[in-house]
Amino acid sequence: MSEEASVSRRHFLAVATGVTGVVGLALTAAPFIASFKPSTRARALGAPVTVDISKLEEGAMVRVLWRGQPVWVLHRSKTMLDALLDSPIGLKDPESNESIQPPYAKNDGRALRPDYLVVIGNCTHLGCAPLERFEVAASDMGPDWPGGFFCPCHGSKFDLAARVMDGSPAPTNLTIPAYRFVGDELVIVGEDSGAAA
Amino acid sequence: MSSHILRQRLRSGLIALAGVLAVAGSPPVSASGAEAGFQQYANNDVANVASLQRGARNFVNYCQGCHSAKYVRYNQLARDLGMTEEQVIGNLMFSAARPTETMDIAMRPADAERWFGIAPPDLSLLARSKGPDYIYNFLRSFYVDPARPTGVNNIMLPNTAMPHVLWELQGMQAGKFEEEKHDGVTHLVFREFTEVSPGKLKPEAYDEFVRDTVNFLDYIAEPMKLKRQSLGILVIGFLLVFGVFAYLLKQEIWKDVR
Amino acid sequence: MSAGPTGAASTGGGGRGARFIDWIDERFPLTAMMKEHVTEYYAAKSLNIWYVFGVLALVVLIIQLVTGIFLTMNYKPSAEDAFASVEYIMREVEWGWLIRYMHSTGASMFFVVVYLHMFRGLMYGSYKAPRELLWVVGMLIYLALMAEAFMGYLLPWGQMSYWGAQVIVSLFGAIPVIGGGLMEWIRGDYFISDITLNRFFAFHVVAVPLALILLVVVHILALHTTGSLNPDGIEIKEKKGPTGIPLDGIAFHPFHTSKDLVVIIVFAIIFASVMFFAPEMGGYFLEHANFEPANLLKTPEHIAPVWYFTPFYAILRAVPSKGWGAFLMLAAIVFLFLLPWLDRCKVKSIRYRGWQFKVALGALAISFVALGALGLQPDTPLVITGARVFTIIYFAVFLLMPLYTARERTKPVPERVVYHGHE
Repeated sequence: MSEEASVSRRHFLAVATGVTGVVGLALTAAPFIASFKPSTRARALGAPVTVDISKLEEGAMVRVLWRGQPVWVLHRSKTMLDALLDSPIGLKDPESNESIQPPYAKNDGRALRPDYLVVIGNCTHLGCAPLERFEVAASDMGPDWPGGFFCPCHGSKFDLAARVMDGSPAPTNLTIPAYRFVGDELVIVGEDSGAAA
Repeated sequence: MSSHILRQRLRSGLIALAGVLAVAGSPPVSASGAEAGFQQYANNDVANVASLQRGARNFVNYCQGCHSAKYVRYNQLARDLGMTEEQVIGNLMFSAARPTETMDIAMRPADAERWFGIAPPDLSLLARSKGPDYIYNFLRSFYVDPARPTGVNNIMLPNTAMPHVLWELQGMQAGKFEEEKHDGVTHLVFREFTEVSPGKLKPEAYDEFVRDTVNFLDYIAEPMKLKRQSLGILVIGFLLVFGVFAYLLKQEIWKDVR
Repeated sequence: MSAGPTGAASTGGGGRGARFIDWIDERFPLTAMMKEHVTEYYAAKSLNIWYVFGVLALVVLIIQLVTGIFLTMNYKPSAEDAFASVEYIMREVEWGWLIRYMHSTGASMFFVVVYLHMFRGLMYGSYKAPRELLWVVGMLIYLALMAEAFMGYLLPWGQMSYWGAQVIVSLFGAIPVIGGGLMEWIRGDYFISDITLNRFFAFHVVAVPLALILLVVVHILALHTTGSLNPDGIEIKEKKGPTGIPLDGIAFHPFHTSKDLVVIIVFAIIFASVMFFAPEMGGYFLEHANFEPANLLKTPEHIAPVWYFTPFYAILRAVPSKGWGAFLMLAAIVFLFLLPWLDRCKVKSIRYRGWQFKVALGALAISFVALGALGLQPDTPLVITGARVFTIIYFAVFLLMPLYTARERTKPVPERVVYHGHE
């Protein structure tokens, strides 16, 4: 074999070995990286949660935990729904274009059914849980307050459709999880009529 | 030759290779019925999904009254046994509310201990600690013994606290023992079983029933067994290719060594 | 002088890398270290298959460290949760079974390669001057490895974990006067408990691995100071060419590295065969009884340590007194430490040594393997008698060594290594 052929053969083998080795290392790393994903148990614990709404009065709200996050189910009254249409304070994302929600909740009430708001109660700013201030012009919120939620950490304000108001540090509306109704009595949070979230 | 058979041959070949690598000498003893003088192989196959489905049904109907399989989730069964979640809910779930739950039981260990003298063990790993053959023989070795509170005894596990749960299926059998003298001491040595009353199943059908159940226990003891074997073939195949490149490169580089 | 990014950008492509290396070399001896330990570290071209186990031990160490870190992320060191958390890893963590089998197979494979590595040292006299310290550090690694394996074996909290720890910790009770107190101190309790498990976990995942890594670094530095020996037991540094390079030496890289890579791949195939097709290895690597959670009321019917401890366990059982049994077990290891000073023969390699050493080494190897096999068997009179015979042989090899090695009739050692060329 000529000197030149030998050099190119050596070069080819070095590249082939090197590439195979790197591929092998990457394939070996893959299961280690994948082991960080939520385990079967975590997914089992993160299974959909059923909320009984048969005894939930108009204007009242229940909190449940789903995947370690507070989920609010608010039974909105007629007055609450009317207030949504005509808010004295401007909204950052009134059409929910920048916010996260299933397609069936991308509407004015941000809900599958207007009378129930189902939302994840973690502020989109830094994750605190906002407080409820449903009363119009609540004493600590000022005369313009249309009723909604107020985050104690950095003062973000949300209306009764969990839309963020102007002047809040939170960038987007609160996140709506996948959910569906079973009759008039149950809400299942974490799955919709399509599939589990 | 079909790829399935090829894969099986390759698999058994590799298992044999691994066996050769094992340290010489007799394997560490696990408690087995060998001392009792008889041993039959379960000959179960965890790749046989139909058998696993029957075994799962047997398990929930006959075992799970007292024994849990607390490391196994119902939806995992659905995935591995080729069933839908609805089928699992309808056919296998009696005590759990949701298919993501584990195969637990309502009986508390403290109560169980009071009733049976010993809490029935969790069966998730039984096939790994005792081996499928042991369970297969155990479930076929109950015999009438009026001296026991349960009315039965077992050749594989003398004086077991477990009643003969499957007696309706197997029927009852008596053990025939003979006296034998060893070093001047008389021992009772088991000879054979004789039928006392027939069961709903013929002996062959009962053996099949037990084999399916054992197969299911074998599967839940290591649910990833088939996956690990098929992955192993791929890994070794990759390494062989890598090895060829590396060997040729080494030969090339070592041409300079004189 | 600084070569910032703007300065580097003004020069051409190839120079940029070189200038970056220069920048580092002014601050850290990177190039010098690469030369000293890799590209200009010369080892004999005649190294045979016995010389690969050091590299393989390093590979297994890395496997154990990486898989160990990932196991720690899901394992819970408490008597209540330990067993269940191992099953959680096996069943519920994505690829957890792969990581766990890699670790459990790696534990046994570690001892396989370390035992072969040690036997290589015995055959070719790698323990003799000037490599005494290298040998002693290696023995310390072996001790640390045994501690690591023993404490790691408690963590799954199965029946064998529990009763194995019970037996080994009880050995300390054989020490006169302080034995009982020492046992309590080790356990931190009156029995092997949650507290014991928790501290063994700390040792297994932090303290001992740190010691192991440090010892391995010292071992390699000591090796690179004396240089690697070869199957002829000749110091290649004594025959240097005009360039100052040993005539029989070839650079670690690319020559030995390209060879080691092939060996590592072959080893990986063996490793994978065990891991994917026989992770329990018939009960040798993962013992059947360890799939039952620890039961403080019931010892498993047949209890034996994992295979890599059984030679010493057989010695322990061969002696009818607890104190002397434990003492001989310890002595079996101490004699290995003393090897460089027990062997009086000047010739290193078995190739040129007398029949006395060959017989002795054969007897040592056979008795070690035989003790290992006997240690796995139940405690019958025949097994005990056998263990006594091999224990006597084992110690005779060491005790008589100064005598028979002093009067060995050795063959002449050649000037240069024997190398039959490529292919």
